Amino acid sequence: MSREVEELNRRLLRARDAMDRAYAEPLNVRAVAAVAHISEAHFIRSFRAVFGETPHRYLQRRRVERSMFLLRETDRSVTDICFDIGFTSRGTFSRTFREIVGETPSDYRMGHEPMEAPQCFQKAATRPSVAAGVALKSSSFGDASKVAAP
Amino acid sequence: MINKLNVTSVWVLDKDEALDFYVNKLGLEKGNDVKQGTYRWLTVRVPGDPGVEISLEAPGPPVQDEATAAQLRELITKGAMGGLVFITDDVRGLYETLKKRGVTDFTQEPADNFYGTDMGVRDPFGNAIRILQRKKVADGAKA
Repeated sequence: MSREVEELNRRLLRARDAMDRAYAEPLNVRAVAAVAHISEAHFIRSFRAVFGETPHRYLQRRRVERSMFLLRETDRSVTDICFDIGFTSRGTFSRTFREIVGETPSDYRMGHEPMEAPQCFQKAATRPSVAAGVALKSSSFGDASKVAAP
Repeated sequence: MINKLNVTSVWVLDKDEALDFYVNKLGLEKGNDVKQGTYRWLTVRVPGDPGVEISLEAPGPPVQDEATAAQLRELITKGAMGGLVFITDDVRGLYETLKKRGVTDFTQEPADNFYGTDMGVRDPFGNAIRILQRKKVADGAKA
């Protein structure tokens, strides 16, 4: 029993890593579930049970985290960063960023200096948590097709 | 006062499998491998840097009861139990070498940053490993 749990955890982690690698591309849940060798529905349920949030929500936070790094460490425009990280609409990006981080991308950039630490630590240290009061509603990246609520 | 770091540890599920990964895939060398009763004192270290040992630890009796060990194994396989950061002088070359040796769990291919180029990989159990090649700086400049 314990062994099955560990093996599923490891496969879900592998699938999560696949999401991280392709974070700027549209999320293909079926392809990611295939990395874990389980069905799409089972993947979404299991991911949530193990990691505490749905795959869509996780990816949304990771993209925002990446944008926080780019806002602090580079001079790229907010619009360029928005498209760099996989959003297709500047408005959706700004709104999502503000929901999760608590301020607009521009205000965040103004308030933060570059950090001297490897980016993995920087991103982990500034990783946004699910903002209080933000319901776990369906996450849309501004993609053309709306994603169904998990 | 403390002079050096001597041993750090990594949680693994199986010491033989861990040894195979850290030595045959990642390229570290075996340090200690000594049986003390039921406990296997097993370490690896960076070739040419003998001062720091990485102890490969597996959850279980007698140190942890089985329920605790099961909790630990769950956390390890979720990738929640920390990791290691290494320095290399050729991260892109190492990336190709790791692929040739059969490593597939890359979390991040070599990517350039302001501090250098780094990549991310996981061991078979879920532990995160970062490998960094620092950017060369001119003498006197801040690293």
